Amino acid sequence: MSDTGLDHTMIQDPAEPGFGDYVRLFKPRVMSLVVFTALVGLLVAPVQVHPMVGFASILFIALGAGASGALNMWWDADIDQIMRRTASRPVPSGKVAPGEALGLGITISVLSVIMLALAANLFAAALLAFTIFFYAVIYTMWLKRSTPQNIVIGGAAGAFPPMVGWAVATGGVSVESVLMFALIFLWTPPHFWALALFMKSDYADAGVPMLTVTHGHDATRRQIFIYTVILSVLAIGLGFTAIGGPIYLLAALVLNGLFLLGAWRIRNRDTAAAEADGYAVERKFFRLSLIYLFLHFGALLGDATLRGLGLWGGWA
Amino acid sequence: MIQAEHELHKRRRGRNIGVGVLLAGFIAIVFGLTVVKVTRGDFEPPRTQLEQSGAAPAPAPETDQ
Repeated sequence: MSDTGLDHTMIQDPAEPGFGDYVRLFKPRVMSLVVFTALVGLLVAPVQVHPMVGFASILFIALGAGASGALNMWWDADIDQIMRRTASRPVPSGKVAPGEALGLGITISVLSVIMLALAANLFAAALLAFTIFFYAVIYTMWLKRSTPQNIVIGGAAGAFPPMVGWAVATGGVSVESVLMFALIFLWTPPHFWALALFMKSDYADAGVPMLTVTHGHDATRRQIFIYTVILSVLAIGLGFTAIGGPIYLLAALVLNGLFLLGAWRIRNRDTAAAEADGYAVERKFFRLSLIYLFLHFGALLGDATLRGLGLWGGWA
Repeated sequence: MIQAEHELHKRRRGRNIGVGVLLAGFIAIVFGLTVVKVTRGDFEPPRTQLEQSGAAPAPAPETDQ
C-alpha cells in the first residue's frame, strides 16, 4: 500500500556475504601454516626482534599470504566450482562476488607489503611482494593449468614465508633461510601428489594437469619416492647448520625414516592394490606429511629455545 | 509492515562489527609500532662524526643576502 508496506522477508537471495565468508576468502588454514613457518624463521634467526615489531611483521606476512589466496580464489573460481574439495569456497559458491575477491586481494596485498616495509625492512617487504606475485601470477595464472610441474614450481610460493620471517630479523638471506625454504619446497610435491592419488577424479574433471592425470599413477608414485629421498637428505642436513641442534636432528631422523618408509610403500604398489584398500597407504602418507612439516619447524624452535637458555652452543 | 530484523540485517551487522574490530586492531598495531620505533630512536636523523666527537659544528658559510 505504501512504503511502509515493504516486507524485507520478500528478499529471496540476499547477496550479502557474512564476515566469515570474507575470512574464508583468505584461506585461514593456509595462513596458519604461513604464520607458523614465518614465526619460526623469525625466531631462529640470530638477530633479536622487538616483540611488537615481530608480532606486526608476522601479521602482515599472514595478510599478504591471505590476499594472494583471495586472488587465487578469484582466478580459479571456474575450476574450484567443479572440484568437490573446493566447491564450497566463497567465490565458487557465489557468496562473495569475484570482483570483491579481486579488489580485496589487490588492496590487502599492497597494504601488507607497505606495512611490512614500515614495520621491518624493505628487503622483507620485497620478498613478500615477490611471494604474492609468485603465487597469484606465476603459479595460479600460469603454471597451474599449463604443466604437470605446477606443484613443483608453485610450491616455492608456500616455501618463502620462513625466508621472509628470517629477513624481518636479519634484513637478508643466509644458508639457513635458504634451507628452510628448500625444506618446504621439496616437501610440497610428495604432499600434493599423495593427495592427488586419492583425489584423482577431482583434478581430472577440472582439467588441471596434475602429474596423476598427465603421466599416470605409476609415474607419480616414482616421483613421490624420488622427491622424498632428496627431501630427507636436505632435512637431515639442516640439522647440522647453525639453527639445527639435538632436538631437530632427532626429530628429523625419526620423521624422515617414517616418510621414506611411506614413500617406499607408495612406490611399491599399484593402483589396483590402492583401490583395494581405499588408498590407505597414500592417505596415511598424506596425514604424515602434515605432521612432518609441523614437527620439523617445531623442532627448530625447540633448538632455538635451548640456545636461548644457554643449554646448547652449536655443533662446533 | 516492516519486518525489523531479517537474516540479511544480521549478516550485515556482523560484517560491520567485524570490519570495525579489524580497523581498531589495525590502529592499535600502527600505534604500538610507532611507540616502539620512536622510543628506540628509529626516526632520529643520523648524527655526524663531528657531533659524536663533541666538537662544535662548523659555522654556516656567509652569503651576500
